[in-house]
Amino acid sequence: MKENKEKRSGNYLRAIGAVAWKDLAAELRSKELLSAMLVFALLVIFIFNFSLELDAKTRNSVTSGVLWATFAFAGTLGLNRSMAIEKDRGCLDGLLLAPVDRSAIYFGKAISNLTFMLIVEAIVLPVYSLLYNTNLFQPGLILVILLGSVGYTAVGTLLSAMSVQTRTRDVMLPILLFPIILPVIIAAVRASGGYLQNLPFDQILPWLNLLIVYDVIFTAIAFMVFDYVVEE
Amino acid sequence: MIKVRKLVKRFGLKTVLKGMDFSVEDGEFVALIGPNGAGKTTFLRILASLARPSMGTVSVAGYNLPQEAADVRRRLGVVSHQPLLYVDLTAAENLKFYGGMYNLQNLPTRIDEVLEMIGLSNRRNDLVRTYSRGMQQRLAIGRAVLHDPNVILFDEPYTGLDQDASAMLDDVLRTVAARGRTVVMTSHDLARTEDLATRFDVLSRGKIAASATHKDFGSGNLLTFYKNVLEEGKAQ
Amino acid sequence: MKSKPTALKTLDIVSLILLAVATYLALVFAPTERVMGDVQRVFYFHVATAWVGLLGFVAAGVSGVIYLKTQNLKWDLVEQAAVEISLVFFFITIVLGSIWARPIWNTWWTWDPRLTSASIVELIYLAYLMLRQGIEDPDRRARFGAVYTLVGAVSVPITFISIRLFRSIHPILDSGQNAGAGETMGLTGDMKIAFFFALFAFTVIFIDLFWNRIRLGQLQQKVEQLKLKVME
Repeated sequence: MKENKEKRSGNYLRAIGAVAWKDLAAELRSKELLSAMLVFALLVIFIFNFSLELDAKTRNSVTSGVLWATFAFAGTLGLNRSMAIEKDRGCLDGLLLAPVDRSAIYFGKAISNLTFMLIVEAIVLPVYSLLYNTNLFQPGLILVILLGSVGYTAVGTLLSAMSVQTRTRDVMLPILLFPIILPVIIAAVRASGGYLQNLPFDQILPWLNLLIVYDVIFTAIAFMVFDYVVEE
Repeated sequence: MIKVRKLVKRFGLKTVLKGMDFSVEDGEFVALIGPNGAGKTTFLRILASLARPSMGTVSVAGYNLPQEAADVRRRLGVVSHQPLLYVDLTAAENLKFYGGMYNLQNLPTRIDEVLEMIGLSNRRNDLVRTYSRGMQQRLAIGRAVLHDPNVILFDEPYTGLDQDASAMLDDVLRTVAARGRTVVMTSHDLARTEDLATRFDVLSRGKIAASATHKDFGSGNLLTFYKNVLEEGKAQ
Repeated sequence: MKSKPTALKTLDIVSLILLAVATYLALVFAPTERVMGDVQRVFYFHVATAWVGLLGFVAAGVSGVIYLKTQNLKWDLVEQAAVEISLVFFFITIVLGSIWARPIWNTWWTWDPRLTSASIVELIYLAYLMLRQGIEDPDRRARFGAVYTLVGAVSVPITFISIRLFRSIHPILDSGQNAGAGETMGLTGDMKIAFFFALFAFTVIFIDLFWNRIRLGQLQQKVEQLKLKVME
């Protein structure tokens, strides 16, 4: 009995790994998704630059807002594309035919989506630092970006699995995602702003707690309902 | 191997399968033919555990659907008209990925075997993007038999293939079926189907309207048999 | 086809009478508020409609969960009815809130946590309706709808908390005035009567509308069934 259980959990982890590996291997070759996300992210920063006049004075307080708006917009591009690859060629059926729990597919996709998001963020941060002559490489900020991205992809992966199965899928994802993801954006912007402005830690802590709570709750919900999103 | 009793499938208010009975013995190669919209693809999706029956019982390889879906999936291979392959991966990588999903042991040797069988060994490290439609379909079959399933479902495997590619696919299908596997196939290509299958069931209006083997055709062939069945259906 | 049940007909009439009485109580019976004047009378309906909106929001989330458990399309109908009613009533709440805010705070809109959360709920509902519109298969439409109301029902309270937190850490100047209406306003005896009667009346109206909308949905289903029969 116990051995059987161990075997099954090994099976589960291997399937999660297979899905994530497959996405990363394909993306490293084509770079379709990452390049689209990156170019888009840089364009968003440029648009902000001219619409907000990011001069030295105002910059400090708006930097975190600009960063998160950029991540959120670029993120939908990646989420959409990553799920469309499964849907367009019927590969989703191929995943569903495998003898593993559906949530393994969810976690695999969530891990690859999170990785794409972190790669984009890891490139945007130094570029932003360079453009505006500030240092964004602070351990606190990186922690916030990690927590925020986990929440974003946890919900985003679930909702993108729904949106690609609708007729209006090109426009559907941001409309579904943004009202749900608002707490992550608020908390991440506040916490990042706190670190950038060197606020005392007890003013940042509530936002970190909120991010952690959100991450845990929505990962759990997505784990429970993903079945209903992919099954017929 | 496959037992279906009083299967009903509804999509909202629309009923596609209306109390269908169907069974397949070990090692049979059954062709499911019928007009468009008769519910062939829906039926195969239910057998493949991709769709849930609304009513009735379905068992595949001794396990009930949808309760024991994971056990069924382990023993089942599916080839549909879409190849279910990732075009930015090579043939070997696609198989490696699916092998991981099925938790297969000794995967590298198994991949070599399968590539040999479908005749793609020399192109194993090419991206699937560069494959012709026929090659993709052969790889799709390789993907479906990778975990050595007892039951294989083919949903219109000839869609989009030219004559040469279809002939090559015939060979692969024969190899697959020759290993004592149970096969259910839907197809519009009656001539090819007639050569391959051992039994022919006509699905019409959500039920099996008739069933026949080569012996039952007498002087006619599958086409005349099929036409007769459909005309009888209309006359009723 | 069955005609309207007598109980429902009676409830329709009762609702109308209650609405009339509540209007009288709010506009005539209740004394004029000393500081704010007559515009304060908006308050009674503002809170009552918000209450109905909240009832609908909770009902939608609950029926979504029940649908996922039972897969019975009846609950999809209930969920949709709850969403539509909640959508309309939160909209009225927001409009009444603006009418009130204009003379009192000299602005049409304040980013008060409750008002902001209500408008985010509206956005979630609009996304919900668009999602449903993009799906043909009724079962899938119901499943996706249920998953999305569930995700929304969990995220809105977190959003509310984060907006609260947002304001408590960064208070704006007129926060004393901005705090919710119920707390700052001492209700006198007659005001209380008007207030609680409005709550009661709108609860009955909610039940009446809910019932009517569900019945309408059932009739719609029947029509579609008959259509399919004719086509066959």
